Amino acid sequence: MKLYCLSGHPTLPCNVLKFKSTTIMLDCGLDTTSVLNFLPLPLVHSPRLSKLPGWIPKDGTMNLEKELKECAGRVFVDSQPEFCLPERELLDLSTIDVILISNYHCMMALPYITEHTGFTGTVYATEPTLQIGRLLMEELVNFMERVPKAQSATSWKNKDMQRMLPGPLKDAVDVWTWKRCYGMQEVNSALSRVQLVGYSQKVELFGAVQVSPLSSGYSLGSSNWIIQSHHEKVAYVSGSSLLTTHPQPMDQSSLKNSDVLILTGLTQMPTANPDGMLGEFCSNLAMTIRAGGNVLVPCYSSGVIYDLLECLYQFIDSANLGTTPFYFISPVANSSLEFSQIFAEWLCHNKQSKVYLPEPPFPHAELIQTNKLKHYPSIHGDFSSDFRQPCVVFTGHPSLRFGDVVHFMELWGKSGLNTIIFTEPDFSYLDALAPYQPLAMKCVYCPIDTRLNFHQVAKLLKEVQPLHVVCPEQYTQPPMTQSHRSDLMLELQPPPMPYRRCSVLNLPFRRRYERVYILPELAQSLVPTEVKPGVSIATVSAVLHSKDNKHTLQSVPKPPPVPPTKKRKRVMEEPPVAPKPLLSGAVPLEAFLATLQKHGITEVKVEETADGHILHLQAEDTLIQLEEDGTHIVCDNNEPLRTTLRDLVLRFLQKL
Amino acid sequence: MPEIKVTPLGAGQDVGRSCILVSIGGKNIMLDCGMHMGYNDDRRFPDFSYVTQNGRLTDFLDCVIISHFHLDHCGALPYMSEMVGYDGPIYMTHPTKAICPILLEDFRKITVDKKGETNFFTSQMIKDCMKKVVPLNLHQTVQVDDELEIKAYYAGHVLGAAMVHIKVGSESVVYTGDYNMTPDRHLGAAWIDKCRPDILISESTYATTIRDSKRCRERDFLKKVHESIERGGKVLIPVFALGRAQELCILLETFWERMNLKAPIYFSTGLTEKANHYYKLFITWTNQKIRKTFVQRNMFEFKHIKAFDRSYADNPGPMVVFATPGMLHAGQSLQIFKKWAGNEKNMVIMPGYCVQGTIGHKILNGQRKLEMEGRATLDVKLQVEYMSFSAHADAKGIMQLIRMAEPRNMLLVHGEAAKMEFLKGKIEQEFSIDCYMPANGETVAVKTNPSVPVDMSVNLLKREMALGGPLPDPKRPRSMHGTLIMKESSLKLVSSEQALKELALNEHQLRFTCRVALQDPHSDSETLHRIYTHLKSLLKGYTIQHLPDGTVMVESIVIKVSSSAEDANAKILLLSWSYQDEDLGSFLSSVLKK
Repeated sequence: MKLYCLSGHPTLPCNVLKFKSTTIMLDCGLDTTSVLNFLPLPLVHSPRLSKLPGWIPKDGTMNLEKELKECAGRVFVDSQPEFCLPERELLDLSTIDVILISNYHCMMALPYITEHTGFTGTVYATEPTLQIGRLLMEELVNFMERVPKAQSATSWKNKDMQRMLPGPLKDAVDVWTWKRCYGMQEVNSALSRVQLVGYSQKVELFGAVQVSPLSSGYSLGSSNWIIQSHHEKVAYVSGSSLLTTHPQPMDQSSLKNSDVLILTGLTQMPTANPDGMLGEFCSNLAMTIRAGGNVLVPCYSSGVIYDLLECLYQFIDSANLGTTPFYFISPVANSSLEFSQIFAEWLCHNKQSKVYLPEPPFPHAELIQTNKLKHYPSIHGDFSSDFRQPCVVFTGHPSLRFGDVVHFMELWGKSGLNTIIFTEPDFSYLDALAPYQPLAMKCVYCPIDTRLNFHQVAKLLKEVQPLHVVCPEQYTQPPMTQSHRSDLMLELQPPPMPYRRCSVLNLPFRRRYERVYILPELAQSLVPTEVKPGVSIATVSAVLHSKDNKHTLQSVPKPPPVPPTKKRKRVMEEPPVAPKPLLSGAVPLEAFLATLQKHGITEVKVEETADGHILHLQAEDTLIQLEEDGTHIVCDNNEPLRTTLRDLVLRFLQKL
Repeated sequence: MPEIKVTPLGAGQDVGRSCILVSIGGKNIMLDCGMHMGYNDDRRFPDFSYVTQNGRLTDFLDCVIISHFHLDHCGALPYMSEMVGYDGPIYMTHPTKAICPILLEDFRKITVDKKGETNFFTSQMIKDCMKKVVPLNLHQTVQVDDELEIKAYYAGHVLGAAMVHIKVGSESVVYTGDYNMTPDRHLGAAWIDKCRPDILISESTYATTIRDSKRCRERDFLKKVHESIERGGKVLIPVFALGRAQELCILLETFWERMNLKAPIYFSTGLTEKANHYYKLFITWTNQKIRKTFVQRNMFEFKHIKAFDRSYADNPGPMVVFATPGMLHAGQSLQIFKKWAGNEKNMVIMPGYCVQGTIGHKILNGQRKLEMEGRATLDVKLQVEYMSFSAHADAKGIMQLIRMAEPRNMLLVHGEAAKMEFLKGKIEQEFSIDCYMPANGETVAVKTNPSVPVDMSVNLLKREMALGGPLPDPKRPRSMHGTLIMKESSLKLVSSEQALKELALNEHQLRFTCRVALQDPHSDSETLHRIYTHLKSLLKGYTIQHLPDGTVMVESIVIKVSSSAEDANAKILLLSWSYQDEDLGSFLSSVLKK
């Protein structure tokens, strides 16, 4: 059993598990942090960005002015942003049988895996994961396609060139494998391979393995996965949360007793308490609005935004923000808000019971109805006529490199009255802001990451007791910036097996048993004997059938009478003859002598030896050596006697 | 031999008060708990005394499963759980859990408030009963306890309708509830995987009908409504709040849009509007088309259909009104009917089944003079139309489901005996499986023949698989020998050697030695060599070794030669084998004697 690790990003994993005869990809995360190296894509022409000076190296040997621009001391690639894909060379992607998706953030690389690779398998995901994942992909494609960039920069990727560049470009890895965004056609084709599953549904793969998604509590439809056969169990934990937010709570008990637990997707902000951050978010928002400024919240169109809106729903009136317009701008804003209301089955109990009334589970329905929250597909169109300031804008993309957020950065960046509040933990806010420097706007960083922290995960592991834990190497040491915090790492006994991008791990499994089925006819013919109190045994001779990875045992068929005409053609294979069983136990002397007597053998001379007795059957001139762990019959030229004696001895022994 | 027992308490050769008891692998399950629309006495509810004469049902049932929210499937639930007494889990899907209590409350109001019955369940009892409900998601495998698991499949009949797969060990039963194999305006078609249950318990409402195409019926309906509107008449459609009402609304809504009609369409009572809310929130349970487009256009937000006010009934001009209840036995639909009955331009369309005794039933039977309360009589002049839109599988659909699930036995409920008989014959003929149709209180026992799961040691399995040749060939059976260890509830199949080791038993060696005397002039070693070559030519396919220490080994049988001191030609062959080589050993001894 092997694990191939195709991504080095601990929260955007992509691993491949070879388990029994199946090849299973676990998640398909797309590392988008690479886009931070690129210049933002403005929706409206930006004089500032277009006037940025080209980067000229100190020694002036390279000419990359067209590709690289300099802003506030940082160098950016002037090209359509590119993503860092999961490793595609480590194994043949066309051999993958199934892909299991744990949540909609962890499937963004799907089109790169399923398209143009020869992949023919099935993707399993829950319905919310599929629908919201589709929205996020559509949004990404839309962001990229509505501002096409003619230029595609590649010269800087040249190894010799890249070496000379300033950081962080210089340290970026595998830049040659970075890829532009996929198109809608690829998205549709990739998602057409998805088969929907419900929590705790048992899905059989080729009869060999059963996979089952479990609620992970992190986002709508998010799941952990159990991959098991009758005797081996792998738990795949990815992006789980124990906090009470909108999704159904995490199912912990089903993770118990796994042989291997693969742990990914822990919080990226182990020191930031989500509740505290939410409070800070609200107070900063209110402060800015009161001072007459605007608030910009770069965010994904699904997920934490539902919680932010719910929090604001309760907060708006008490903070006297009743007249402040809240805008949610995204090509999928409407869909995301609508979809959130129809997945009652996947929500926490409180929200679930609302639909029984019947009321929409999320209060943003009311915010929309009362016109406090308005949503638009983009800044163009209706929005420009409705736009009133001061206001609060939720929009993407959180990297600040593309999407409508770029426009608001250009619009509001120069005024100190305005505030940008970062809530998504995926991007370093300093890096995100770098191409907008110098900036007068206030910046508040309150990342909300509800995923498990180290304390929670230690407790969880203690509870579910896996034999072995596999995790990204980042979790086995404290974060680089806080090297003294030994509480911010996993400490386990036995120590976790760390992986990094391109690792191939041999998972410590010893398969000892396999499930087989004894057909009723055979089962009825078995004769159990009790060897110890409560323990019985029976010898089994059977025909083994293996089909679709299922093994059944049938009775040995009686040899059919050979048709006389076909005698010469030996078509019939010899029916398998059962070998003689092993024997156990001992032959008690007195009882044996009595039995011999019954069978007319009376003249027996018994001689005691060190290990037992020697019986001399004088009339028959035969010796029987009886010992604790053996019986030896020496009998010449008298086959009937020998077989009689044999059968008498066997009466006292157990057959295995 | 284990068996599964099925006993209908209701719906056995009948439609109404569905309630079926199943005993499987030592577990007892109640499927549905409905009321009978046709009775007002004790026969209204299933006879729970069949389960136990006195005391609560909790000890006798492991779980109760409700297939959908229609009262003939859940109407007796509060009576069963609160008045007879049951505290175990009750499973139903989310939409059923949402809508069921509303219909129960409606039912209670009509029975207690309007008819003045006492000794009926109360509102509080409905609430307490619903607290025992555990919601089911589609395809989720729910572990009721360690052995009993259930799984819900989409049934299509009404919003949230489900079929259930019930499994204990390797025995299983599927109960369909009511289902529909063709998608309609708002719901999808029922689907199940090839789960091969021991028994498939299916409804058989339309056991003998192959229904005309749904499109035709829809066109008919629209044509009638349209004609009536054209001549300035008013159309009354008595409906139950949930289910058909939504389908007909969608139908009219799209028709109005296409034909650009202006006549108003109204909904009576708040409940219907509330019902539309349920459809919006449970949109994932509707058909593919509605689900796909709901963001752009929610099919349950009707543009042309507005809320009704009782004063509108007197408005001049044509209109269409949906009003509850569906059988014209009380409430708003009856009031409107009384107002409109006298005008032959008007029309009433009954879209579903009506129970005897109701006005709906009377007018469908052609009665034209109705006696109302007091002495007044009502002359029915308006047009009366009947249209069946109820979504049940027809004979073709039932056969299709059998093909999908591949059951080993079939059991029909929820239908009329004569029609069942016909379908039973057809099923037995086409699928060569047994088909049962028990009456209420009659038990069907089906023997199952489960195979026994055991854990086989991988070493043994691999050894046996290797024996079958390098490539696994499913057509070629391979023999396997081992020892089954039965300890408490675990069954392990291991090689005999491993069994000895695991049970800490010592092996008992049984050996035989046989001396054969023969005359041979050659030296000892040459004699041995001749035996060696002789055996070699005789026993093809056996390992025969001539060892340097002066022995010949045939597999593990030892052959030695010694000569007596007196006569060098008189050789003694010493043949020694263990019990495991008994066959070969005894064969050799006879060969060497010659």
